[in-house]
Amino acid sequence: MAKGAIVIEIERCKGCGVCIPACPNKVIALSKKVNSKGYNYLEVQNDSCIGCANCAIVCPDGVITVYRAK
Amino acid sequence: MKELRLMKGNEAIAEAAIRYGVDGYFGYPITPQSEILEHLMAEEPYKKTGMVVLQAESEVASINMVYGGAACGKRVMTTSSSPGISLMQEGLSYIAGAELPCLVVNVVRGGPGLGTIQPSQADYFQTTKGGGHGDYRLITLAPASVQEMYDFVGLGFDLAFKYRNPAMILSDGVIGQVMEKVQIEDYKPRWTDEYIKKSFPWATTGKNPGKPHIIITSLELDSEKQEKVNIHLQKKYKECQEKEVRYEMIHCDDAEYIFVAYGSSARICQKAIQLGREKGIKVGLLRPITLWPFPSKILGELAGKVKGMLSVEMSAGQMVEDVLLATKHKVKVDHFGRFGGIIPTPQEVLHALETKIIGG
Amino acid sequence: MSKDIIKPENLVYRRTPVLTKNTMHYCPGCGHGTTHRIVAEVIEEMGIQEQTIGIAPVGCAVLAYNYFEVDMQEAAHGRAPALATAVKRLKPDFFVFSYQGDGDLAAIGTAETIHACNRGENITMIFINNGIYGMTGGQMAPTTLEDMKTATSPYGRDIAMMGNPLKITEIVAQLPGTCYVTRQAVYTPALVRKCKRAIRQAFENQKENKGVSFVEVVSNCNSGWKMTPVAANQWLEENMLAFYPLGDLKVSK
Repeated sequence: MAKGAIVIEIERCKGCGVCIPACPNKVIALSKKVNSKGYNYLEVQNDSCIGCANCAIVCPDGVITVYRAK
Repeated sequence: MKELRLMKGNEAIAEAAIRYGVDGYFGYPITPQSEILEHLMAEEPYKKTGMVVLQAESEVASINMVYGGAACGKRVMTTSSSPGISLMQEGLSYIAGAELPCLVVNVVRGGPGLGTIQPSQADYFQTTKGGGHGDYRLITLAPASVQEMYDFVGLGFDLAFKYRNPAMILSDGVIGQVMEKVQIEDYKPRWTDEYIKKSFPWATTGKNPGKPHIIITSLELDSEKQEKVNIHLQKKYKECQEKEVRYEMIHCDDAEYIFVAYGSSARICQKAIQLGREKGIKVGLLRPITLWPFPSKILGELAGKVKGMLSVEMSAGQMVEDVLLATKHKVKVDHFGRFGGIIPTPQEVLHALETKIIGG
Repeated sequence: MSKDIIKPENLVYRRTPVLTKNTMHYCPGCGHGTTHRIVAEVIEEMGIQEQTIGIAPVGCAVLAYNYFEVDMQEAAHGRAPALATAVKRLKPDFFVFSYQGDGDLAAIGTAETIHACNRGENITMIFINNGIYGMTGGQMAPTTLEDMKTATSPYGRDIAMMGNPLKITEIVAQLPGTCYVTRQAVYTPALVRKCKRAIRQAFENQKENKGVSFVEVVSNCNSGWKMTPVAANQWLEENMLAFYPLGDLKVSK
């Protein structure tokens, strides 16, 4: 059960994938779909996010907003 | 009662800067203008007016310090001589491109290369035709006395801020080194940060809440936009050409012949006029005070009235090209000059008029 | 489920408003973006957005002025420390930072770098070292490693022919005008947090007129290195950090 949640700004994501190894729970992966710039953008693939913000902290483009239940 | 002082031209630049309320001077020593930085350091204006004075590591650094200071809306300046001014051309192009006001003084020496430390006027092309890369202009003032060295500091800053463009005082080793009496002004206070923020919304003075941040740049990657930038600059230069031409006419009313000369050459021509008139030659002087914008209109008018013009310069003939453009071959035009640091005598100048124009 | 969590009171991380809304032009995975973000976060956390002036370089970060929501000046190539010097001296109450790459800071601008550091200008200098000229298409930089292939060292950097990689950060650490010299990286969450603390320190030092605070960020250039972003970060760790080890080089009391 997720304690955290992320919101991804899909149009800003460049699909670099730097965030993926930063996630301790393998929550995120690159989509098979592309955004309007042609990038395979980041998406959430399960609900085990703990809201640690590691993904957001390494994101070069600041596309991830992180929430954590109190 | 205004104070009179006996000063070198270089010292007059420094004293005028302090008294006009200049915010910052950044410079590097080079002959024949090192007295400017020496005078500023000796006067300690940072204690009197808060003016920043800094000896930089190079002329390249100096002009880029000027760039940073000008971008903050401050009155900043640098001075140098020909080889140092060559090093500043990149920075001047950026400053012109970013539309920033500043003052640069060139106390010209002979070239090319390391050349000589003696006086010259061989940087006319560099100053009035560009110098650095891209289409831009420098508002160029040519002092012919120590008093004008003093006065043109304030005038240069006023024009630079009016047009948001670098202004250049194009002096030479004679005017920089000669001592004359100078009427000096009282100290003017420096602009406050509040005044600058209010008056110059283009300057980086700290982001205003709720308003976009300020960007100072000369970069525009979109050609359509860059062309608009160029058109805007040209419009500004055209306005400057219409409004800011300055010149002095001496004995031109009845003149059959005209010397065209600026700076120390104009001083020599005044004596040559006296010698000529003693021999019955009706000769006058048109002295451009602004070399850019150039007094083309008045020269065009004079071309229809006189028999010939001699451009007298301490160079191989640079300003003469602008005289030819202005007079459109309606009158005989020639050039006389000495170079390599040689200052021509009035007798030589008069002889040149007699042989090249009157008898030529 | 996540809808219950996505509420303002649960917010733990969001893009700082000290970055503009513009999408950065940097290649995917480029450390410039991460470094921009943490510099902007430090400015936000210190509450100095209205008292900060930044100086952008020539190179990949030439358009940095489009991303930092503070007043910005774009310098000529290598001259950012000269601009920063004048800005700080004319506006001593302001926080001033320069942001430069390796070609800008350690090749064409070496004199401006050394002398701003040696005079002890009270500024923060951010230095991105990715061992390559990114913007012009991947040419050899002063910091390019031995045997490293670039567009102008296509068979690898030959020291005998092309000279040595330059440890400019070690040089500026020797100068009495620097108060804080550190080498950081931004390719893992822990390193980003550490680098941000270093940048915070580098800005805090300006309050005490201590001299130059110099933060090198060893970064990647996946386009220039011709690797994926993740592979570039691995190569950085194995090769760049062996020659440019992370850590503080100088911390003045």
